[in-house]
Amino acid sequence: MAYLELDRVAKQFGAQTVVDDFSLSVGKGEFISFLGPSGCGKTTTLQMIAGFLDPTRGAIRLEGKDLTAIHPAKRGLGIVFQSYALFPHMTAAENVAFGLEMRNVPRSERAERVRAALAMVGLAGYEDRHPRRMSGGQQQRVALARALVIKPSVLLLDEPLSNLDAKLREEMQIELRQIQRTIGTTTILVTHDQNEAMSLSDRIVVMSQGRIEQIGSPQETYEKPASAFVSQFLGKTNDFAGAIDRSVAPAQLMAGSWSVPAPPGLNGPVTVSIRPERIGFGDAGLGAKIVTRIFQGNHWLFQCESECGPAIVIRQNDGKAQPVEGEAVRLTWRSEDMSVRARDVA
Amino acid sequence: MSAAAEERDARAPWALTAPALMLFVGVLLIPLAMTVMLSFHDWGQYKGIEPVFILKNWHEIATDPYYAEMFWRTFRIAILTTLLTALLGAPEAYILNRMSGRWKSFFLLIILGPLLISVVARTLGWALLFGGNNGLVNKLLMSAGLIRSPIPFMFTETGMVVALAHVMMPFMVLSVWAALQRLDPQIENAAMSLGAGPATIIRRIIMPQIMPGVLSGAIIVFSLSASAFATPAIIGGRRLKVAATLAYDEFLNTLNWPLGAAVATLLLVALVFIVVGSNALIERRYAEVFR
Ligand SMILES: Nc1ncnc2c1ncn2[C@@H]1O[C@H](COP(=O)(O)OP(=O)(O)OP(=O)(O)O)[C@@H](O)[C@H]1O
Ligand SMILES: [Mg+2]
Repeated sequence: MAYLELDRVAKQFGAQTVVDDFSLSVGKGEFISFLGPSGCGKTTTLQMIAGFLDPTRGAIRLEGKDLTAIHPAKRGLGIVFQSYALFPHMTAAENVAFGLEMRNVPRSERAERVRAALAMVGLAGYEDRHPRRMSGGQQQRVALARALVIKPSVLLLDEPLSNLDAKLREEMQIELRQIQRTIGTTTILVTHDQNEAMSLSDRIVVMSQGRIEQIGSPQETYEKPASAFVSQFLGKTNDFAGAIDRSVAPAQLMAGSWSVPAPPGLNGPVTVSIRPERIGFGDAGLGAKIVTRIFQGNHWLFQCESECGPAIVIRQNDGKAQPVEGEAVRLTWRSEDMSVRARDVA
Repeated sequence: MSAAAEERDARAPWALTAPALMLFVGVLLIPLAMTVMLSFHDWGQYKGIEPVFILKNWHEIATDPYYAEMFWRTFRIAILTTLLTALLGAPEAYILNRMSGRWKSFFLLIILGPLLISVVARTLGWALLFGGNNGLVNKLLMSAGLIRSPIPFMFTETGMVVALAHVMMPFMVLSVWAALQRLDPQIENAAMSLGAGPATIIRRIIMPQIMPGVLSGAIIVFSLSASAFATPAIIGGRRLKVAATLAYDEFLNTLNWPLGAAVATLLLVALVFIVVGSNALIERRYAEVFR
């Protein structure tokens, strides 16, 4: 049974619908990411779960109980804010202890749990520091410890890593994942960084303009994107305009001079999309010319001008000779590596 | 860099601030020094001011209990005014800050509006409402049979505190308002998610963070109230004197300038000590919140 369940949740601000028809069920212990561009409603959704905003429509349930009927102070969720929202007049230990105080945890147990929580996030010895005297990464850890120490049923993270520099962010990602694995708290992470979502989560919820585009594991969303938006948003992709012709037998899928037997189902104009690292150079296939060739250490990046528009190809640097700039090539790929979608012809 | 250029660089700040500095010295420091000097001069009913150095005025202030009482009254009124503005102004600023857009600017205008009206006009307003038997409010309450004699307001310390608090309120509200702007917008949500109720949030999270704002507002209100002239002059008149009105009377009515100068100097020195001292205390106490 689903642990946390969002059932056709919607949120309107005045006439503007910011989140619509949002349904998701989260299993216990799962790590879910909300991924989408700025302004797509990720924070709004998270705040509805937290209780800072009331949904206009729909229901949110935790273990079958209606969560919207419970006051935010009683929901027992752990939240890490994008700005951390630490209490600047309290030390790190006092910050972490605050939630336990509110729960009337006895003083001795409180001290022990605060110490353990700070140690878990690698801040043993920083108990008496004030937040303003800590680095961004340290503040972020205090915020995490403060949210985790109350043993929350669900941990909600609103872009907790976006204020950190790239290296620290990577370290914190690994640490966050480890902590989450160890204590097994159900976690929802809001992010607009696709790498972060892919490396941390069990499942990703890709959002666009307040709607869910796709829910799936990182691999699924990357390799079988449900829409053009998802494939564009998760990493680079090549979209070729093609067509399926069912007037011949066997039916053909064609793009430029490239053609294969058509998959069942679709007809007429289609979009064929293939990830750049799945394209190879061969003897037959889509005609193209290499425009630029960029060496990037462990791989080569080729920008090509193909019969169906610009294309990007990534090849492993396996030591073999690679085509040079200006060379005419043929692009090939396995049919299981491409996804074919119907295309609107304007 | 050559020595000459270095010297020019060192002189540049002085040269650039010279006009302002000269104005500062000319209109503030020199009159101030002259006032201090004046307080050591002698004065007699018939001989006028004699430029000698004596401690007569200071001795009079130190020994005559009239002055002790008057200074004590001045600071008592200033302290009560400060407390009243803090007790009303801090919640006022907090509520104002939580209002939504349009109401916020409307009420902010109402609170700051009085700053645009002369202190004299505002204080006279209070006098019209509460002044003796003819005060509007007193008349209403008496004709309604709620009170038998008019509420004493004119020539009372209560009246002075109320009128001063009204005049000083914008300074407190603005100061707390500025402190509220520095709060993390999610801080209340953070406390709430950890299980804190509204009262706890205000007491444990909001209050400690806006306290520096309240205290700096208090310093402004205190020093302005202790040296206020117009309001005490209208409400207290000759009957209930404070330091500023006493100094004025000595200067313009008794014409004992040296004694007036001594009173003014003492008020200034006391205020400087109180303000600088409490400011240092606050900064030490709230080092973490200020940074
Ligand atoms: N209180 C509000 N009143 C009106 N509109 C709002 C309010 N809060 C958010 N919105 C709008 O809702 C939309 C979604 O906002 P939200 O904060 O959920 O985006 P987000 O996905 O978290 O974006 P980001 O990645 O930039 O944080 C935005 O278009 C925003 O303008
Ligand atoms: Mg957001």
